[in-house]
Amino acid sequence: MKARSMGVCGVLVAGLILGLAGCEKKSEAPPIKVGAIFSVTGPASFLGAPEEKTAKMLCEKINQSGGIDGRKIELIVKDSGGKSENAVSLAKQLIDEDKVLAIIGPSTSGETMAIKNICQEGKTILISCAAAETIVNPVASYVFKTPQKDSDAAKCIFKAMKQKGISKVGVITSNDGFGMAGKAQIDKLAPDEGITVVISETYDKQEADLTGVLTKLKGQNVQAVINWSIVPAQALVAKNMKQIALNVPLYQSHGFGNIKYVQAGGEAANGTVFPCGRLLVADSLANDHPQKALLVKYKEDYEGKFNEDVSTFGGHAYDAILILAEAMKKAGSTDRDKVRDALENLTGFVGTAGIFNFSAQDHGGLTIDAFEMLTVKDGKFAVYKN
Amino acid sequence: MNSAQIIQYCLSGITVGSIYAIVAIGFNIIYNTTGIINFAQGEFLIVGAMMAVSLTKVVPLPVAIGLAVVITTVLGGLVEVVFIRRVRDASVLRLIVITIGVSILIREAMLHIWDEKVRSLPYFTGTDVSTISVMGAHISPQVLWVLGVSAVIVTGLTLFFRFTLIGRAMRACADDRMAARLCGINDRWMVTLSFMLSAGIGAIAGCVISPVTQTQYDMGAPLAIKGFTVAILGGLGNSIAAIAAGLILGLLEVLMMSQFQAAYKEAVSIVVLLLILVFRPSGLFARRDLSSLRAF
Repeated sequence: MKARSMGVCGVLVAGLILGLAGCEKKSEAPPIKVGAIFSVTGPASFLGAPEEKTAKMLCEKINQSGGIDGRKIELIVKDSGGKSENAVSLAKQLIDEDKVLAIIGPSTSGETMAIKNICQEGKTILISCAAAETIVNPVASYVFKTPQKDSDAAKCIFKAMKQKGISKVGVITSNDGFGMAGKAQIDKLAPDEGITVVISETYDKQEADLTGVLTKLKGQNVQAVINWSIVPAQALVAKNMKQIALNVPLYQSHGFGNIKYVQAGGEAANGTVFPCGRLLVADSLANDHPQKALLVKYKEDYEGKFNEDVSTFGGHAYDAILILAEAMKKAGSTDRDKVRDALENLTGFVGTAGIFNFSAQDHGGLTIDAFEMLTVKDGKFAVYKN
Repeated sequence: MNSAQIIQYCLSGITVGSIYAIVAIGFNIIYNTTGIINFAQGEFLIVGAMMAVSLTKVVPLPVAIGLAVVITTVLGGLVEVVFIRRVRDASVLRLIVITIGVSILIREAMLHIWDEKVRSLPYFTGTDVSTISVMGAHISPQVLWVLGVSAVIVTGLTLFFRFTLIGRAMRACADDRMAARLCGINDRWMVTLSFMLSAGIGAIAGCVISPVTQTQYDMGAPLAIKGFTVAILGGLGNSIAAIAAGLILGLLEVLMMSQFQAAYKEAVSIVVLLLILVFRPSGLFARRDLSSLRAF
């Protein structure tokens, strides 16, 4: 008898608690679901890890200050491990099961290209943090990206080379999406810019030593080396060049924008020239530069919270979420198509990578001005002055 | 192609070859005692190097490497005691599959203990940019360290397996476990010892190559694949042959690279592995009649 009444009480209490919890939920608007696919682990973790940290940090901040029109953002982060096949199944999961408004990421160009059509068909906004131009060219109406264009990066490198009177170059690229896209841009643009690519080679993204391929470049008497990759081999290139006494200037892509690569390259990384967003040299920008306030804020927030140096890659995730938040505010709704339209019409929006001006034809939104040529001086990034 | 360039290619082949060779040695020790291939060998390398990198922040480099080797040796012993020893009805294939599982476990643990970032030990002599000139070609002094350390390890191992009681007991276990046990050899501890030894040697290898290759938590598997190819190419169990085979594979890869697109280089080791398994499964330097006595 006693046990029975206890049981009844228990059920009543449980019901009460559930009821209360239900009430509490009702009083607050449901959160806006946003998916994110980053390669937090695996060979592209240099990109994915800072992106994940940044995205979580920024969503937390937005939610603390009241969210978007009183609704909180619920960020669902998935780790793809840098593999396209994982990105595909995660994207399907986010679209079909979680029914997210938008997907931030993936980190690499290969993964983004793998899910471009899935997002387009699923009518889910994709804001990629990967750089290859093929992501937004041809335009897919739901697909956007935040990093600068790789064709602009190639043009910046060629311009810096011409100023130094360099015309014969050797190109090495990693065998992943980013490297392949860069190689295609270099091959396409070099003739117009008056640069001759005498030799172009591809290496494995997990390569342990590059002296062999660099010996091949040396045999062609190149005046400079362009390395286009996002993998840790970027530091190896610098070291191996010095070790085989290939003493020509080294130009890298915007994939070099992580101080860890400079540290990994040690003394050999000094003198490397590469195009990059202004985040890494935020402190040395003029005070009236439109990006300065945002860049310094992101840098201080990130470095204060995670106790590690900021990188441009995290900045791409920062931009993606800022842009999405702005588009949601402008649209005044979380209807996918309304947000998409608002995003496409966003102009003059200041991000970490540059000033974004989206249009129906341009889903990248950045111009060549978003790049600054940087160099490595005494183990630190500095603005490159010819 | 001028002579300086040919020498440069050779030096480059020696660089990668020496890395493959030093990885291959570890495979041979466990094979020599147990007859199994330890696919977690690559992870032992990375654990050793990661440990050393972390320790260099508190102690000088040689001490850090020493401590890292000791810790990894203990880890190797633990792996054997926890995962291998308890297996009942231990067929060779079953044990090999277990080592693959262990390799994944260690890799994920490393991701959590350290993180996804690339690290590297400082160069033992000189810096990132130092180079030694050989007849117009250049090589990093660290490569000489890799070769030197490989030579010392191989000499040490050969002496150990031939002339010490424990070494001979370990070999006896590989030949016939039951007979060894009847002779009074504690076969279980011999197996544990072989895991410790190969983990320790893996850690040394990981530390020596770290300045050249850099170290990341998931680099163990690609290194292990190359090391395994080299171990097979030389003939399993023969560490001196492993060094020769490593250099041969390194030189073959560079030869391929110098004549064709560098992207085809990765195919070399796979083709070599297939050819050797089909035509000479006992390895380049092994005697066929002896290898036919082996279980695997």
